[in-house]
Amino acid sequence: GYLDEQFIQLEDLQDEANPNFVEEVVKLFYTDSARLLRKIDLALDDRPFDFEKLDDVMHQFMGSSSSIGAKRVQRKCTEFQEYSKDGNFEGCTRTFQEVKHEYATLKKKLENYFQLAKVAR
Amino acid sequence: MSGGVTTEMKFHVLAVDDSIIDRKLIERLLKTSSYQVTVVESGVKALEYLGLLDDEKSNTKSDTNSTTWNQNEIQVNMIITDYCMPGITGYDLLRKIKESTVLKDIPVVIMSSENVPSRINSCLEHGAEDFFLKPVQQSDVNKLRPHLMREKEKGKENQFNSINKRKPIEECLSPDRTRIRFNNDLVA
Repeated sequence: GYLDEQFIQLEDLQDEANPNFVEEVVKLFYTDSARLLRKIDLALDDRPFDFEKLDDVMHQFMGSSSSIGAKRVQRKCTEFQEYSKDGNFEGCTRTFQEVKHEYATLKKKLENYFQLAKVAR
Repeated sequence: MSGGVTTEMKFHVLAVDDSIIDRKLIERLLKTSSYQVTVVESGVKALEYLGLLDDEKSNTKSDTNSTTWNQNEIQVNMIITDYCMPGITGYDLLRKIKESTVLKDIPVVIMSSENVPSRINSCLEHGAEDFFLKPVQQSDVNKLRPHLMREKEKGKENQFNSINKRKPIEECLSPDRTRIRFNNDLVA
């Protein structure tokens, strides 16, 4: 699965008074993620290379992913962090492509989810 | 019940987090518990809100973007803060609050995405009421109420202790003297 129990927690927080809560959170996740992923892309192009900065930005992205229950994305981020802690540049660049791939897949899944939710209402 | 005693059950929680998603989440979680919530994005903003920033610093800030809060009117019953934040960390914030004579009794809860025992212990040792692992869930927020109720009880106790103690003796005292004491306790 792409989303874990945390996503269900978000759904539980949605009610008649807050009917779009999940969508609002996910939208924030998209804009925030776009910003952070771009930051990482730029940091990977930086010379001299700054592992600490990479780790810091990835930590933020991982935090957001975890908050919406994006467990596969989160797992890839953990892999990335292992490489950045080891100072393994190649491992970082390779894993980051995988992070972006997982994120893109998740985005598609979420878009489908919201389409279905609209139809179901 | 006892006349004139209003039980204010609406607790005001100040939440501090640099992540926009986590701010939205914590705000919603706290509101489901019917708390009044103020959310800020940094430790500095929290200190400013609490009136703990040096006068010098707050005077030099431009007023165009900042909200002016009347510190005298602000009543915060609890502070919940993220640990990892740029600038002033949640830990720094905790220390500053506990060092303040005015604010040290406000319960502070720390949130973190990382399970680091030394970090958790350090926070608890320096007066944090509790430590939540992120993502924070409803079950965590439900744990807050006892902390808030306890502080409320302490506050009520201090305010009305003398009156309650005197109640049985009240009948023996002249009505005038009782009335004066009652007023003093309320004003104090």
